[in-house]
Amino acid sequence: MGNKVNSTCETCPQYNAKGLKKLGLNTENVDFVVALAGNPNTGKSTVFNALTGLRQHTGNWPGKTVTRAEGAFEYNSQKFKLIDLPGTYSLLSTSQDEEVARNFILFGKPDVTVIVVDASRLERNLNLVLQILEITDKAVLCLNLMDEAKRNNIKIDTRTLARDLGIPVVPTSARFNEGIPDLIQTINEVATGKIICKPHRIKNVPKNIENAVKTLTNEIEQQYPSIPNSRWIAFRLLEGDTHIIEALKTGELV
Amino acid sequence: MSKNSIENIIALSSDLRWQIGDDFHDGLAEGIYADASEIAGAAVSADDQKKRFRLDAKIDKIVTSKTWGFPIMFLILGVILWLTIIGANYPSSMLAQLLLDTIHPLLKNGAASVGMPWWLDGFLIDGVYLAVAWVIAVMLPPMAIFFPLFTLLEDFGYLPRVAFNLDYMFKKSGAHGKQALTMSMGFGCNAAGVVATRIIDSPRERLIAIITNNFSLCNGRWPTQILIATIFIGAVVPPSFSSIASLSAVIGIAILGIFFMFFTSWALTKTVLKGEVSTFNLELPPYRPPRFWKTIYTSLIDRTLIVLWRAILFAAPAGAVIWLISNIYIGNESIASWTINTLDGFGFLLGLNGVILLAYIVAIPANEIVIPTILMLTVMVSGIPGGEGAGVMFELDSVTATGDILRAGGWTLLTAINLMLFSLLHNPCSTTIYTIYKETKSIKWTTVASILPVIMGFVITFLVAQIWRLVF
Repeated sequence: MGNKVNSTCETCPQYNAKGLKKLGLNTENVDFVVALAGNPNTGKSTVFNALTGLRQHTGNWPGKTVTRAEGAFEYNSQKFKLIDLPGTYSLLSTSQDEEVARNFILFGKPDVTVIVVDASRLERNLNLVLQILEITDKAVLCLNLMDEAKRNNIKIDTRTLARDLGIPVVPTSARFNEGIPDLIQTINEVATGKIICKPHRIKNVPKNIENAVKTLTNEIEQQYPSIPNSRWIAFRLLEGDTHIIEALKTGELV
Repeated sequence: MSKNSIENIIALSSDLRWQIGDDFHDGLAEGIYADASEIAGAAVSADDQKKRFRLDAKIDKIVTSKTWGFPIMFLILGVILWLTIIGANYPSSMLAQLLLDTIHPLLKNGAASVGMPWWLDGFLIDGVYLAVAWVIAVMLPPMAIFFPLFTLLEDFGYLPRVAFNLDYMFKKSGAHGKQALTMSMGFGCNAAGVVATRIIDSPRERLIAIITNNFSLCNGRWPTQILIATIFIGAVVPPSFSSIASLSAVIGIAILGIFFMFFTSWALTKTVLKGEVSTFNLELPPYRPPRFWKTIYTSLIDRTLIVLWRAILFAAPAGAVIWLISNIYIGNESIASWTINTLDGFGFLLGLNGVILLAYIVAIPANEIVIPTILMLTVMVSGIPGGEGAGVMFELDSVTATGDILRAGGWTLLTAINLMLFSLLHNPCSTTIYTIYKETKSIKWTTVASILPVIMGFVITFLVAQIWRLVF
């Protein structure tokens, strides 16, 4: 009997949240690196503060975070380093303030990428989500600002969304600490491999482009069998991105 | 991997690029949008489309309207400053009483009872301690009111609306519209404002934003403006209007700063930083009711105390320097009084005096300590009775007493006005200068950003002084 109660509790995120230790700036000897990405002004810094116990400056305007901030938390005796990236609308653009975010997602090789989106502006935010899912296999969608979505009578079917995107979806209102225990639990499960993601890959690509991408992807995979984001590299090479060519040459991507 | 294989991949990619032609980027982007719309369509349902964002739109219609946009901006700025000026008065005098009238004599007595030599006692208690105590008494209350109010406004989502309102003027002056955001950050701290310019993509427009950020009065200068306006501007009108008059003077200086920011941006675009204005998208985020107490708490702990700590770090050595230059004699004169006498002539031309100029040299590390330094130097040079001797930052429990000292030091309304102007137009503090260097990696532009405002300050105060003396 006692056992049964215990095991029910253990699967409950509320219970497990007690295993959370906010470590603040202590980012040494971590087991996993977690990146917080997302469009500007979706509350990444608020999520960051809720997880690390730090007080990164937050404000209601796009572009507030310009440098990346780092913090840490411990959960179930595993240490996570969390990196708060500046907001970015796209990984395809070339603007300077978005470069920090782009480079880290591409070259920093985070163990888990948490993509924070504004629930009431989901479609616009998905643009970036789909791009990130081309790069990484381990991602969590943090459907933030749920309080505002509710106020605006927007309902989101998180199960459908999770199935379509192929990654776990966690609704949160970080400002009020709602959904944060759930988020931590999910990050942990993705990091430790309990949840395996099958991320969505961009489908509506014109035929001729898709063929070119396939040819190039095959070539890349033949040369680098273990590369996780060959399709994205193919995209960038076809775009003529000199950064990627450089990175290939120096071996940063492999 | 071998170099060859990489070359192969690159060669293949450029072949394919030729085959696809120009529409790769658009094709891919359209593909992403189509996917996004499918996925969102399947997951999102909005009950009442019409109700969405209606209140936000209503508020925006008013605060970004042509008629009301600017008056509302000035009204909000006015209310924040008014609350700061009125509210800071009482805690300031309480702190002054505690730190200067009570603890300082205690420390002095303590030092005397353990037989501390006069120079050590003077250096530590009259120099370092008094400088720090003064900075806390003068700086803490206005900051503890101004910062939380500003943060509340920021959390609410008002700043992007300011950018929206000012966009037209920035475009006219050849600068980037997002400079409105970095300018607003500068009203808190110029170093923070300079870092915030990273949101501006174009290097040319970013440089303009960095160079002109210093024209936003920072929190180190607000108290100076407020104090001098209260003493001198408030005194020329009947008492019932004095707080309105001093408030208007401070807002006037802030607006003058914005004017100089536009003017300098425009002048830079017409001369050394020519180029096209780039276009940009600025999202007007939804209004979010701030979490009041949390915001108050974090802005007090993070912003106010961090800035105060910085001020203290700079005030302590500055206090030591002031005490030293007032007590080290070369011949018959202390270094301080020799410098002041030397600078007096130049100071007179500018409608200022040697004391103010020396104070601005001592206060390069932090604007916060200008007023305490001026007071101390004034007391020392004019030999006003009641001062505690060379190098002691004078203790003042009321604004009237401060005014009496300054008037005894030969200050007039002109001195006050020009000090307010010079406080707006002078070099950035050392932290900001260092930040500018870190952000631009250019000694040339750091020098320009540091020297340009001082030159403008000299020119403006000189002109004002000459015209003033012709008229009055």
